[in-house]
Amino acid sequence: MRTSDLVRAAVGNTLRSRVRTTLTVLALFVGAFTLTLTTALGAGVTDYVTRQVDQLGAQDVLVVTAAADSAPGPARYDPDTSTPSGAGAGPLPGAAAGGALTEADLEDLETVAGISDIEPVRTTAVDYVRVAGGDLDERYQLTIAPTASIARADLAAGEQLAAEGSAHEVLLPEEYVEPLGFADAEDALGTTVLVGVTDVLGEQHEVEAELVGITNPSLLGAGGGAGRALVEELAELQGAGVDQRPLYAVATARFDPSSDDAAVQQIKDAVADLGLSAQTVEDQLGLITTVIAGITGVLNAFAVVALVAAAFGIVNTLLMSVQERTREIGLMKALGMSGGRVFGLFSLEAAFLGLLGSVLGSVVAMAVGTGLNAVLAAGPLSALGGLDVLLFRPGSVLGVVGLIVAIAFLAGTLPARRAARQEPIDALRYE
Amino acid sequence: MLTTSSPHRPEPLLRLDGVSTWYGRGSGRFRALHDVSLDVHTGQSLALVGKSGSGKSTLMHVLALLDRPDEGRLLVDGVDATRMSPRAIGRIRNQRFGFVFQQFFLVPDATVLDNVVLPLTIAGVPLVERRRRGMAVLEQLRLAEKKDNRATALSGGQKQRVVIARALVTEPDVVFADEPTGNLDSATGDLVADELFRLHRERGITLVLVTHDEDLAARCERHVVIRDGALGRPEVAA
Repeated sequence: MRTSDLVRAAVGNTLRSRVRTTLTVLALFVGAFTLTLTTALGAGVTDYVTRQVDQLGAQDVLVVTAAADSAPGPARYDPDTSTPSGAGAGPLPGAAAGGALTEADLEDLETVAGISDIEPVRTTAVDYVRVAGGDLDERYQLTIAPTASIARADLAAGEQLAAEGSAHEVLLPEEYVEPLGFADAEDALGTTVLVGVTDVLGEQHEVEAELVGITNPSLLGAGGGAGRALVEELAELQGAGVDQRPLYAVATARFDPSSDDAAVQQIKDAVADLGLSAQTVEDQLGLITTVIAGITGVLNAFAVVALVAAAFGIVNTLLMSVQERTREIGLMKALGMSGGRVFGLFSLEAAFLGLLGSVLGSVVAMAVGTGLNAVLAAGPLSALGGLDVLLFRPGSVLGVVGLIVAIAFLAGTLPARRAARQEPIDALRYE
Repeated sequence: MLTTSSPHRPEPLLRLDGVSTWYGRGSGRFRALHDVSLDVHTGQSLALVGKSGSGKSTLMHVLALLDRPDEGRLLVDGVDATRMSPRAIGRIRNQRFGFVFQQFFLVPDATVLDNVVLPLTIAGVPLVERRRRGMAVLEQLRLAEKKDNRATALSGGQKQRVVIARALVTEPDVVFADEPTGNLDSATGDLVADELFRLHRERGITLVLVTHDEDLAARCERHVVIRDGALGRPEVAA
């Protein structure tokens, strides 16, 4: 029997007993539907978090902080490095909060092989932001993320901060657009805003800056971003010419992005030997992706349980079918069909059931998921701009379909073997 | 016509050599065929007659390679079929044998044409050629206009003619017919029998009939009577 005829016969047989096919396909449908949604959920959230964490720094950037005090209990005061506010807090909540970096630390860092462009990140405490020439009542508090100048912001409109140059540039979160009197994000771009700071002597200053971009609301703090030149200027003003101990919360350094894990680890170890801690963006991403992978793993496990139940449904359906078609099988074998081809026929029927169930399940899941995304984005999750909770990737949807077809095929081998082993004469005598 | 047991015969088409078969096991075990030897020559029409339970169907099944004998040998053109692989046996049944069953064994939801070309489909003949050969056989049996009907929607006589068409579509050397008129009224049965014997005469197809219908058996050139699994009168000319 030709393979094309075998496929045609398998499809025809499956569609012949409609009720039974429908019920079997329904079980597979549930599995495919669930699995498609859970993988899309995992992909959607991971994608969002990846974009969020990209804001913390580029792929080739090491974020260096003073290592956390490993001794238990409160940290001992050290006049050289301790800061009253714990300015060494890392850019992520929960990151190690140690002391601050000193000029000596930065000099030590220069000696580490494999890193370059070591830049201390100055922190500034900004009072407010307002539109130049606007009403003094329309001033809004603003915090500026320390590493914004090296990070890639998740932009709703406009451009990233320039890495170089002396222009004063600022990024504002989307929530500032309306209060500052702009129609929308595009409208705000290019405006000159004034950033207010108070110096150590209590005097207030304003610095002009160009609004170059509007960022999406972020999971990781809704701060604005300021270009390097602007941060320097603000820090100078804040210092008011008073000689301060230069302390930095964070320093950034670049490494060769093509380095392998071992090379990166070597750099980290070298930095650790200096009593400092270096993290790549991936390290900062690590915990969050682990949690997401855990949650999607549990959800996927439920879907797989549904699929295992569906697999037994297939076994049952096909065993009944083999029983019912005993005479037909006997006839085909009497007319010279080989056991292998009979096996192929029933396995193909199982695979076709799997294909029907999985394609229907994932198509409906994508339709429902797309609707759900729109509803969630407009409602409960409107605070998280740019988040598609369910992200359907063609690869993973095809993977789900392939997995279910494979499971169905495997389930079909048991009844198919029984059919293939029938003796034609016994099957023809069967009443 | 050929006469029986001429000394100058060529190699017989089918030869049973001391064949015995048993059914069941333990104390319920019984012998269905008892040391049967029989030659079937090309172009013969042979009736296997006997009472119900005499073993005549079992004998036909062994001849048709549907059942393996427990003892003895079956030679097809002088080649020992008991030593052949299942695949080779399947090929012989597909290409050289045609089957007509009392209960028809038509695929209920398939069309008449699809039922008729089933042996060709199994043999892997391309679709276009299957249609051509299937239609040619249906024309011969005056069933061409029924080609798209469901097999279940036919009368008994039409069903049996479809079965005969299916048996002939591969242009076999032998047609095995197990009570071909058993499920038909006598008028329809006569028509179906006429059809079988016409093909036997016109095409020289070897015919092996199992029947307890004496009128049908009388139309065969040669009778083999089976009683309790053994050949009663080995050969009787018609």
